[in-house]
Amino acid sequence: MLIFEKSREGREISLLPICDVPEVMLSPQFHRNMVLRLPEISENDLSRHYSEIGEKTYGVNQGAYPLGSCTMKYNPKINEELAGLTGFTEIHPLQKEDTVQGCLEVLSMLEKYLCEITGMTHFTMQPAAGAHGELTGLLMIKAFHHKRGDTKRTKIIIPDSAHGTNPASATMAGFETVTVPSDKDGGVDIEKLKEAIGNDTAGLMLTNPNTLGLFDKNIMEITNMIHDCGGINYYDGANLNAVMGIARPGDMGFDVIHVNLHKTFSAPHGGGGPGSGPVGCKKFLSEFLPSVRSEEEKGKFCFVKAENAIGEMKSFYGNFLVVVRALAYLMTLGREGVLQASEYAVLNANYMFHKLKDLYPPAYDRSCMHEFVFSLEKLKKETGVSALDIAKAMLDKGIHPPTMYFPLIVHEALMFEPTETESKETMDDMVQILRDLYEEAHTTPDILCNAPITTSVGRLNEVEAARNPILRYQSNDEKGAI
Amino acid sequence: MKILNDLFYSKFHEWIKFDGESAVVGLTDYAQSALGDIVFVNLPEIGDEVGVDGSFADVESVKAVSDIYTPVGGTVSAINEALLDAPEKINQDAYDAWLVKFENITERGELLRADEYKAYIESIQEEE
Repeated sequence: MLIFEKSREGREISLLPICDVPEVMLSPQFHRNMVLRLPEISENDLSRHYSEIGEKTYGVNQGAYPLGSCTMKYNPKINEELAGLTGFTEIHPLQKEDTVQGCLEVLSMLEKYLCEITGMTHFTMQPAAGAHGELTGLLMIKAFHHKRGDTKRTKIIIPDSAHGTNPASATMAGFETVTVPSDKDGGVDIEKLKEAIGNDTAGLMLTNPNTLGLFDKNIMEITNMIHDCGGINYYDGANLNAVMGIARPGDMGFDVIHVNLHKTFSAPHGGGGPGSGPVGCKKFLSEFLPSVRSEEEKGKFCFVKAENAIGEMKSFYGNFLVVVRALAYLMTLGREGVLQASEYAVLNANYMFHKLKDLYPPAYDRSCMHEFVFSLEKLKKETGVSALDIAKAMLDKGIHPPTMYFPLIVHEALMFEPTETESKETMDDMVQILRDLYEEAHTTPDILCNAPITTSVGRLNEVEAARNPILRYQSNDEKGAI
Repeated sequence: MKILNDLFYSKFHEWIKFDGESAVVGLTDYAQSALGDIVFVNLPEIGDEVGVDGSFADVESVKAVSDIYTPVGGTVSAINEALLDAPEKINQDAYDAWLVKFENITERGELLRADEYKAYIESIQEEE
């Protein structure tokens, strides 16, 4: 039940703090001429309303969340405590630099740590998410070519295993995308890449390890080929959790990169956001970084603007409190901890992969990195039970499903990423559930095809949801008007 | 898997029916089954010129958005507007739910006969 439906005229609470700034009357042209439609509710009912929603929610606090390429790792509570410090929360983005030195130091420290981990020279904290970071990086690539008067570079090369955001971001940045197929090992097809490269190549976008959970062993050859033709290499940091402290994108030949603080660096992800997708680059691209960065000079921190900044990607300094959480995470882990996090992420994924691959055929039968992909095409053919059905049935068993139907090159794909923060017992439970479901697919396929039945809503009509979505609450009189 | 004998097929899983200088193009039964429930279809404008293997339309299913590539080059002379409001027709009968008619066919890409297309599908399924 929505809070609007619980509203009763005349009920109220006063949760808002006392106003501590002088009240100003807006000029009449800005006055609202309709009553603001807000729910009227008592504090007790409001409190219960959110408890009720909380009970219906499933997140990393409730149980395993093996959503591939999303790195749904545990969000340490110490991050929240530090992000809640009043020195970070009771500030204003227009405050003078010398009154927020601590905040500037946070921005500068995280930048230093991210540079160390990725092999980049500078980072902007402004982008609000991974795809926003992609757009930022691509606009920087464009600015780089255009500044040299090279306007014929209109194409971005993207492998067919890429995240869907890659071609979308390239299109938004005004590029044309060229898709390169994967070879039989799941890496970039080098011969096909050769054919795609030309003097119209602006750059390449790549995730390594890729969305199949495989590290591309030809990475140096690939990035060199792009450099040789005058292109720029962009690293999609979505899968950085597999290689932190082990291999650096900068050393693999990448020039510009985004990282997801809400994935790799333990800030809340999904509905718990907001996200943060800092973009880092090598020195030769630094002049194009958007907005301002915090730099230390003679013991004082100040904001500096890049010479040929591409502009503003978001207001002010990005999602600052997410930056605080990521810094808290890195300071908690330390240098050894960062390395260990990645090692355990890869170990956990391989543990689950090897415990399941006798039943669920791997898309590519190689040891995986931090995630792995099964193809359920054979199961579907034999039993009629699809990847979607298995995913839905997992809900009935109390765990969140993996990523489905992605990457697109694998039919009936299920993509698992347990992350380093799941225990052996939790993974053993997941493995047992998946083995049971495989059995049930053969014995009681009808039950799986109708799952879930234990959740607060059953199987949703995806077609209807895509075609006629109801995106906001409509009151009775609004419905009448329509 | 339904494959009709009197049609030509492309390796991108479109069917083509020639009628003199013009051709009708649609998605195959294999394509609609692999895509899953289709929720939106974007069709070209009448008069658009497309070259072989060019993307002329896209379909969005509950799984993903996919480009559709034309196996022939020509000018779009008609589009199946009924699909815009009822894209599920492609899932219901892929060979009835044509997408686009082309006229002034300038070139033909690699086309397969029904038996060749059947063998092609079997070969890609074996690979997996």
